[in-house]
Amino acid sequence: METKIHPPSGFSLGLKELWQYRELFFFFTWRDIKVKYKQTSLGILWALLQPLGMMLIFTFIFSKTWKIDTSPVQYPVFVLAGLICWNLFNASVSHAGESMIKNANIINKIYFPRLVIPCSSMLVALFDFLVGLFIFIVFCIIYKQPIHWTAIGYFPAGILVVFLAAFGAGTFLAALNVKYRDFRYTIPFLLQFLFFASQVIYPLQLVQQTWLKYVLAINPVNAAIELFRQPLHNTAPDMTIIIPGIGSALLIAVIGLYYFRKTEAYFADLA
Amino acid sequence: MKPAIEIRNLGKQYKLATAEPYLALREMITGSVKKIWQGHKKSTEQFWALQDINLDILPGERLGIIGRNGAGKSTLLKIISRITPPTTGHATIRGRVGSLLEVGTGFHPELTGWENIYLNGSILGLKRAEITRQLDAIIDFSGVEKFINTPLKHYSSGMQLRLAFSVAAHLEPEILLIDEVLAVGDMEFQKKCLGKMEEVSKKDGRTILFVSHHLNSIMKLCTKAIWIDQGKLQFTGPVNETIGQYTRSVQSGSSDSVYTRDGATDDSFFLSTEILNPRIYIGEDLAVRVLFTEKYRKRRLVININIVDEFDQLVSHIINEDDGFSTENLQRNSLSVTLKSLNLVPGKYFLSFWAGLDMLHTLDKIEKAVAFEISDQHTFTKRIAPFPGTAKTIIQSVWQGG
Repeated sequence: METKIHPPSGFSLGLKELWQYRELFFFFTWRDIKVKYKQTSLGILWALLQPLGMMLIFTFIFSKTWKIDTSPVQYPVFVLAGLICWNLFNASVSHAGESMIKNANIINKIYFPRLVIPCSSMLVALFDFLVGLFIFIVFCIIYKQPIHWTAIGYFPAGILVVFLAAFGAGTFLAALNVKYRDFRYTIPFLLQFLFFASQVIYPLQLVQQTWLKYVLAINPVNAAIELFRQPLHNTAPDMTIIIPGIGSALLIAVIGLYYFRKTEAYFADLA
Repeated sequence: MKPAIEIRNLGKQYKLATAEPYLALREMITGSVKKIWQGHKKSTEQFWALQDINLDILPGERLGIIGRNGAGKSTLLKIISRITPPTTGHATIRGRVGSLLEVGTGFHPELTGWENIYLNGSILGLKRAEITRQLDAIIDFSGVEKFINTPLKHYSSGMQLRLAFSVAAHLEPEILLIDEVLAVGDMEFQKKCLGKMEEVSKKDGRTILFVSHHLNSIMKLCTKAIWIDQGKLQFTGPVNETIGQYTRSVQSGSSDSVYTRDGATDDSFFLSTEILNPRIYIGEDLAVRVLFTEKYRKRRLVININIVDEFDQLVSHIINEDDGFSTENLQRNSLSVTLKSLNLVPGKYFLSFWAGLDMLHTLDKIEKAVAFEISDQHTFTKRIAPFPGTAKTIIQSVWQGG
């Protein structure tokens, strides 16, 4: 085995090396999940309660008070579908964004492809998502909500779009966070803003102004939720939401990955 | 035979732009606004941590790296272990590298002992199958088998170190980089680890790069050594020769107990300094006499004596105001200073002298003017084992049962 060390130049994805470090990737994910559920005494219960509580609040406000029309899907199921997608995005981005700083001591002492860190921290969010998915299915049964068989394709597609966008945003923020340490304070604000620009608590079709709808369609989370909800109503999905969303998810992923790979060589000097 | 590590013109430059190593976004924003306003660029200071390093290390060679603090030793290891990229030059590494810049990297307090063995081992580059194969040996070596299912946060720091060292000692890369890690923890266990590493490296012909302040450890483990000073390679050779060169240079300060100023000008403050008892035992007092220029006899001055060790490390900073002593209106142009109970580890030390109008304005200074030696009498401390490399002072302790 021969390794060449030289000043950083050019750009490569480094996929081969990433594959060599797959075990480390597994161990980081395993550590994060284990530590997360060891530290909270409620454990998995917390992952159950969080989306449940949010759903109850939104149901109370938006279906009882303001009567948002989501037919044929009942509002609690509708909002839960949006919430678990949003939570997956939200948690993935914030975990990944903080991950490099949290692991600065390791980055300073040992070499491995740095991409392992934000990626493994995103997988922790997937674990929470699976718990959320379980609640979602339970509520579908309670509300007698049929899930069409197209879910086999649409659910994974939705998750994939969320992951693609979260990967891009997460790696980009992780790299920015190392360089500009106060950037982390803007992450919750950005996510909060994005939450209201996502069709979690309202259907995007309800937006009256066409131009605003197109602007909101750039948000990849909207495309993901649209895909995820398709098996609930089983009508043709709104392509004017899905296509721009997938496009921007891809673009974000490319930008994030490029910026991360470009700057990662200097992480140890800055962290 | 091709070298295991080939280093060519390697250099590393750091930019010292801000006080903090990372940047703050607000500074960038306000900075660029200012730039537009003022129309000039803030110059960044550049600093070469390493420069023009050329080195070949053959397979099976055990290379010691010595030098003062901040000489660039750790930077070299960081580049070879690919933690940070070089600015110039290149290096070729032939073989699997294991770097041990710290023991217990990635240890998590919430995880149990064996969970941490897997995590730390994996971070250090061991495959899961390799850890599983060596798990019993690692646990056995650490001597913490009783607590292996207990979260690490309930371990004493000594136990944590033992576990960390055990994982490290079972690394089996072809090239092993070790940085100063042996300077911590209990001596006996360190020796056990060093012994284990030595054994494996001699048997398997493993290449080792070893950075340490502890020249004895280097002497014991290494065959060859390099000496780096201010980022440049000063000397390469057999371990004894390099250590000889290095110690001669750091001891280039006087080894005399008396210093007399040659060609003192009107402005020099110090005329002579002297240690009356240059050989003391741990815990004894040191008597110092200073003769100074007559014209300063009535001035209020700050006079500082620094104790510096063999490796140029400041051990203590002492000024006349510590004792509430004022230099105003002295009867004669001389001072007697007693440095009370020097609880320093045995070794050679220097005194540097400094005088100023206040703490900031230097009047005169002499670096390492006089030397003294502290030896072990076995009354203050009865320990026989040497002191670990970075230990400087001895705290007298009283031990009893109960």
